[in-house]
Amino acid sequence: MIADFLWLGLIAAGLIFFAAGTLGLLRFPDLFCRLHALTKADNLGLALVALGTAGLWATPAAAMKLAVIWALVAVSAATSGHMIARHARRAWRQEDAL
Amino acid sequence: MSPPDPYLLLDLGLAATILVLALAALRQRDSFTMAVVFILFGLLVALAWVRLDAPDVALAEAAIGAGVTGALLLRTLRHVGGERRDPAPVPRVVAGMLGLSVAGFATLGGLALMATPRHGTGLIPAVAARMDQSGVEHPVTAVLLNFRAYDTLLEVVVVLAAVMAVWAIDRTIDRAAAPLPYLPGVALRGPIAGAYLRLVLPALALIGAYLVWIGAYSPGGAFQGGAVLAAAGVLSALARGGRWPRTAATMPLLRGSLVLGVVVFTGVGIWAAVAGGGVLHYPPAQAKPLILLIEASVALSIAATLTALFLGHMPQPAARIALRKGTTNDT
Repeated sequence: MIADFLWLGLIAAGLIFFAAGTLGLLRFPDLFCRLHALTKADNLGLALVALGTAGLWATPAAAMKLAVIWALVAVSAATSGHMIARHARRAWRQEDAL
Repeated sequence: MSPPDPYLLLDLGLAATILVLALAALRQRDSFTMAVVFILFGLLVALAWVRLDAPDVALAEAAIGAGVTGALLLRTLRHVGGERRDPAPVPRVVAGMLGLSVAGFATLGGLALMATPRHGTGLIPAVAARMDQSGVEHPVTAVLLNFRAYDTLLEVVVVLAAVMAVWAIDRTIDRAAAPLPYLPGVALRGPIAGAYLRLVLPALALIGAYLVWIGAYSPGGAFQGGAVLAAAGVLSALARGGRWPRTAATMPLLRGSLVLGVVVFTGVGIWAAVAGGGVLHYPPAQAKPLILLIEASVALSIAATLTALFLGHMPQPAARIALRKGTTNDT
């Protein structure tokens, strides 16, 4: 019972990260700040939600799958964040050169 | 009165969000935002399918409806340019007729929904009664690849026809005069992207194969697995600036994988007829290996087809491709 509350607490904490990331995406002034907010939400938020879900419901096999999904999402989010930032910085430079 | 279903609020919220996103996508002025909202719409529709206990459809919607279609839309935008031209005004008569037919179909759909018995079982008992002859344990796969295999075969033919149409149009373009541009803007390059691809491409191959294999027991199958493999194809294409590999040797292999699904599916169907069961009526004893054979080849074909649609042009001999621009500012 107490363990259940622990897992639920993890899910709730993950949701807070997602909410904060969404807020940052909507409210931050420029692309780089927004990316910063978004990638934090993706990595940590999903990790907490997946951990809580695994603790509450998952069989060991399903928990392994959740872990793999989290790892893939985290790596993809980091890479796409990097690609977007790199592309944006280059576009800036080209504008500066003009 | 029974207590309200705790999921009701979630479902209502989901349904409302889907409607709002559909409207937002249609009313958007900027084409890029339109495409992004459409991808979001597809992901939420996939969630709706999950809530309707249809994980097979949810997987297909997320992978093909949101993922591959989204990539196709963004790729097309890159090609035609982002600026939005205001469409020519639609004549009032045409607009009225369109509105009437949409309203008519919506009414018919509503009537059909109301005529459906609320707690009917549909064809579930008919499928359940014949599951032991289907060769697989997952009813959706049994319907798609055995009981209604004809429909699935035609779907595979349709996607192949789409690639043939795209390549037929591409053939009319004189590539000697107008070489394919190299698009550094879409290139997935650099050390981080390279490391990412080395990690993710094998994982995608494994996940795609897993989805095809698991289709016999649980949600998954050729279309879902093929879409995941197509994601690997799209990523590899992006790594070389949105083009096919330069080696001409890929051509027979590529054409082979494009038609493999249709050839194997049709071949098995005809073999079943010769074996005495009728076209696509596999003998129950061999049904499982036959279905796995069809699923594996269809998945490969779907992957090749979707990648070909994303690239949108035929592979070219090396001489006809514009030289790559220098990557001096590639830091």
